[in-house]
Amino acid sequence: MVKNRSALSLLFDYANVLLMALMICAMLFPFLHMAAIALSDPEPVIAGEVTLWPNGLNFDAFSAVFNDNRVLVGYKNTLIYVVLGTTCSLLFSILGAYPLSRRNLVFGKTFMMLIVFTMLFSGGLIPTYLVVRSYGLLDTIWAMVIPGLVSPYYLIIMRTFFQGIPRELEESGKIDGLSDWMIMLRIVLPLSKPVLLTIGLFYAVGIWSNFFSALIYLRNEDLHPLQVMIRNIVMIGQVGDMTVSNSVGGRTVVLESLKYAVILVGTLPILIVYPFIQKHFVQGVMIGSVKG
Amino acid sequence: MNSPSILKQLKRDRAFILMFAPVLLYFIMFKYVPMFGIVISFMDYNLFKGLGGSEWVGLKYYQQFFDNRDALVIIKNTVLLGLYKLLFGFPAPIILALLLNELRNAVYKRLVQTVSYLPHFLSNVVVASMLLLLLSPSTGWVNRIIEWFGFPAISFLQEAEWFRTIYVLSEIWQQVGWGSILYLAAITTIDPQLYEAARMDGAGRWKQTLHVTLPGIAATIVILLILQIGGMLEVGFEKVFLLYNPATYDTADVIATYVYRVGILQGSFSYATAIDLFMGVIGFLLVYTTNKISRRLGENSLW
Repeated sequence: MVKNRSALSLLFDYANVLLMALMICAMLFPFLHMAAIALSDPEPVIAGEVTLWPNGLNFDAFSAVFNDNRVLVGYKNTLIYVVLGTTCSLLFSILGAYPLSRRNLVFGKTFMMLIVFTMLFSGGLIPTYLVVRSYGLLDTIWAMVIPGLVSPYYLIIMRTFFQGIPRELEESGKIDGLSDWMIMLRIVLPLSKPVLLTIGLFYAVGIWSNFFSALIYLRNEDLHPLQVMIRNIVMIGQVGDMTVSNSVGGRTVVLESLKYAVILVGTLPILIVYPFIQKHFVQGVMIGSVKG
Repeated sequence: MNSPSILKQLKRDRAFILMFAPVLLYFIMFKYVPMFGIVISFMDYNLFKGLGGSEWVGLKYYQQFFDNRDALVIIKNTVLLGLYKLLFGFPAPIILALLLNELRNAVYKRLVQTVSYLPHFLSNVVVASMLLLLLSPSTGWVNRIIEWFGFPAISFLQEAEWFRTIYVLSEIWQQVGWGSILYLAAITTIDPQLYEAARMDGAGRWKQTLHVTLPGIAATIVILLILQIGGMLEVGFEKVFLLYNPATYDTADVIATYVYRVGILQGSFSYATAIDLFMGVIGFLLVYTTNKISRRLGENSLW
């Protein structure tokens, strides 16, 4: 009986390992397939022979992408939005979260209610659009930064973290004659590096991926972020003269390889930094799950 | 101890009030002013006439929405998409967490986790672009396999009956790993003595999972379920917008995309706002009630 059970248990272990391996394949397959197609010679791609391993090795698609002005402009714009937006969002989140982390802040409850209510209800797309429009933010860099400046969720995560900092540390700062501002800058913030890093990364990924704001608020193509460029090239099919790669003497690049190359170029930064910052994201989820 | 007067408190907290002021200003200007903008749904709002010059029309646009045959379709689509996502997307991370928990090799476990979180960080544009190419009837890999088996190619993104399947499956692909984090964390807090006791009683691994692990994460499951039911109607705009087209409107068109087309593209601001408000109120009631329930249960709530 016991022997039987352990055999079954062993069988389950093998099946489980296999199942998880299949899941890894499912998660990674699209990336490997995209890379294989983007790097292959044109003929096998057209014949539909490429699955996971590039047939031939050919960088024409990538050089065509990097020679396309729209992709470069998109990259530049996205970098500006991410740096500017993450800085502003983080700053405002700190300014909002720190006062609210104080238990006896005057009007503290009211402020908190005001913020929480925006998580439940909003004016909706059109009123928000009209308001942003009336502030003159359409077709400016700030349209990608200001409308989503502070996320109530991240603000509350930060507040919870600040609440966990021992009050004695702040008291000792007071005794040393530090002002409230200095206590925040010199004592609280240095202790909060993990949460600042995590929330900063969340904001950065959000702004990097943001397509909606650009769709609604930006008409001017010179301001379009990378996401809009990727959509225009891959989904709408505005390939322009990219298929004739200018870097290699006018050799033709297969449309499919080109599109996959565009997607990969747009994903690469996240794929590269992801293994290093993954644990901070996970920490963020954990902090967020501990409600104050 | 008597609490000091408001004026004294203000003086005491002046630094904090000063810190909070810009944040308060942001929330008022970008969250509360638009809420008052809802009044345009009761007006014949015109950009040039402005709020003052536009005429009041009462419930005209709400009437128009309910008289419109599109209304039923998009409400149905929104609810069904949310429902299917909940039905299939909610259990998936729980199952994954339980399976991960059974992996004996810690290194392999960490590898699986790391890989499974990755799709969560891809933008909707990238995911939709990948789907478009992989599912393409002429060049996509999926159809190559289908044809290899001798079946005719399917234009997945052009056929309305496929939209919900594609949406829900890709949603699971993106979120299953990320969603398992909280469950895995809950599993680690289970007292090892409980497993010990279960083994003493002769419980095998399946019985242990059923009677120790699952009850151990039941609280987390309930809370997340309630929160997800509350947010059910918040079907993301981006992904639907990127994946749908007029051929699939029958199943794909949801409130958010309809409001965008009618409001931003066609300029019917008042009508679009009326639709949005109607759904916003229903969504609010859903979140509010589910959150009340979760508070009743004595567990965490959103606030």
